[in-house]
Amino acid sequence: MDWVGAVVQGILLGGQYALLACGLSLVFGVMRIVNLAHGVLAVAAAYVVLWLTVEVSLPLLLGVVVVVPLFAALGYALQRGLLNRALRQGELSPLLVSFGIGVVLTNLLQETFSADTRSIAIGDLGTAGVSVGPLTVGVFALVTCAAGVGVIAAVQLFLARTRTGRAMRATSDDPETAQLMGIDQRHLYGLATAIAVGTVALAGAFVGMSTQFSPTYGDLVLIFAFEAVIIGGLGSLWGTLWGGLVLGVAQTVGSQLDPAYGVLAGHVVFLLVLLVRPSGLMPRTVTA
Amino acid sequence: MSAEAVEVRRGGRASWVALGALGVVVVLLAVVVPYQVSLGTLSNLVGLFVLVILGTTWNLMAGYAGMVSIGQQAFIGIGGYGVIHLSDAVGLPLLAAVGAAAVLSGLVAWATSFLVFRLAGGYFAIGTWVVAEVLKLVTGQVDALGGGSGLSLLAFRGTDRVTRVATVYWLGLALAVLVVLAAYLLMRSRTGLGLTALRDDPTAAAGLGVPVTRAKRVVYVGSSAAVGLAGALTALTTLRVTPESVFSVQFTAAMIFVVLIGGIGTIEGPILGAVVYFLLEDRLADLGAWYLVVLGLVAVVVVLVAPRGLWGLLTRVAPIEVFPLSHRVGPRGPVRDAGLPSRT
Repeated sequence: MDWVGAVVQGILLGGQYALLACGLSLVFGVMRIVNLAHGVLAVAAAYVVLWLTVEVSLPLLLGVVVVVPLFAALGYALQRGLLNRALRQGELSPLLVSFGIGVVLTNLLQETFSADTRSIAIGDLGTAGVSVGPLTVGVFALVTCAAGVGVIAAVQLFLARTRTGRAMRATSDDPETAQLMGIDQRHLYGLATAIAVGTVALAGAFVGMSTQFSPTYGDLVLIFAFEAVIIGGLGSLWGTLWGGLVLGVAQTVGSQLDPAYGVLAGHVVFLLVLLVRPSGLMPRTVTA
Repeated sequence: MSAEAVEVRRGGRASWVALGALGVVVVLLAVVVPYQVSLGTLSNLVGLFVLVILGTTWNLMAGYAGMVSIGQQAFIGIGGYGVIHLSDAVGLPLLAAVGAAAVLSGLVAWATSFLVFRLAGGYFAIGTWVVAEVLKLVTGQVDALGGGSGLSLLAFRGTDRVTRVATVYWLGLALAVLVVLAAYLLMRSRTGLGLTALRDDPTAAAGLGVPVTRAKRVVYVGSSAAVGLAGALTALTTLRVTPESVFSVQFTAAMIFVVLIGGIGTIEGPILGAVVYFLLEDRLADLGAWYLVVLGLVAVVVVLVAPRGLWGLLTRVAPIEVFPLSHRVGPRGPVRDAGLPSRT
């Protein structure tokens, strides 16, 4: 029965990973760049929520509602101010610029909030559970997972149904032609990064509520998000959701074997997927 | 101008002078400096040699072969653990242990290249990082390697501190010189020419018959073996390794800063970058995290504004190549030293 419990926990954890990975997947799909500051942005959002709830005494929900648009705006500014400029120099530059941003942010957090581990208090929600047959499932884990699935579905709908979403898919398929059709690439890239950073801020808030975090926790967040994207297959948001679930289950089942093996089991599954099925579980044909 | 009247040249008198000057610096470092500075400074200077090795090899990968790895700490770890385990538990002499640790790093790089080479660009970067994380986690589980608390070097027991520091210092200097020369010779070889083409345009290079994947693998394995040397040197200086200390991503961050600040895509840049980084780290260590905030900002600005780094700015004023790689075409005849024209 423990094993079934571990799998269920893993699926719920996977929803959180999918939420973390959604933005990474979207940005890569639209402009073929990887934002190495993705993880530390999530952690920064967690610190902002922590600050808003503790120092400003905002209610938790309001704190989360404030942080998402704030980070979306930050994402837009980052893209328009720095990354678009770097993109013009080739594919190496955005990677190195985002690396620099990541180092700056991590150490700013360190100076501001110290290197101690923190967590966002959520009161009774953290311990509340519902019984599903013989299992007890945490309410908070359910909420996180639902948020992950909901956000991925929303972004997918946005890409499929809206005018801006269509423009993003067109730019992903063929940037030059899309530009000839009158699409403003710089603005569109800004929007994609805004969505990415906004969703990762939401993910970061959930991470902050569910685990202890410190400024360097962003490294692990980046790695997990990346693994979810690759396991699922590049360029596919539903694939990213599946990738998150597989990673989550691998980690919880690994922990069930031995608490020290959780993260390692996730890495091993990632490497196995890379070995056996390098295009991921649900690939969309994307030339990386 | 007919074909006979034209000549393709590389280097020139200015290059020989510059290379000679660098040679003098190396000789001074080898025979004068050790007798002039304190033992602590001598030990610190090993850190400079490590930075030169790390910068040179990371530049070979990123600057020429277009591979941004964030997982080179994997080979710091293998080098560090390798040299201690091989000299203490296996009983190899120190030099042999250092060499074997580098070979081991190269072998692991070769094996993992078949995995990480399936990823491109930014995903390659994080893929290499995952490999390093796996090695860190596995190392922490192996009792023979001391588990989470790591290993201490015993081979120097009974050696007095002066002999120990001096040995590691000279070894470090020799290895740094070797790695830079090897990188230069590689870049002058056929593979190096292919890599230069690769840097400028991967698709065109492949179209002209450059064996792209093979060239990348040569660079990845060679660079990682050299990082193994740097890891061994680090372990011989700190005398202790733990999974957290040697498999730390901070090593790769240092490599990136050294290369970006010095100048990516040149042999000289990373050497200059290593010296600058070493001096800055020494002076600004008290600033703590603010130091890294500034360094990160500098990296962003360099990439966006001066992508050729300090060496690029320097050669704009005084066009010199210490390690001549570019060719220039001029009229046949006695060498008129006109310095370096635009990069070919």
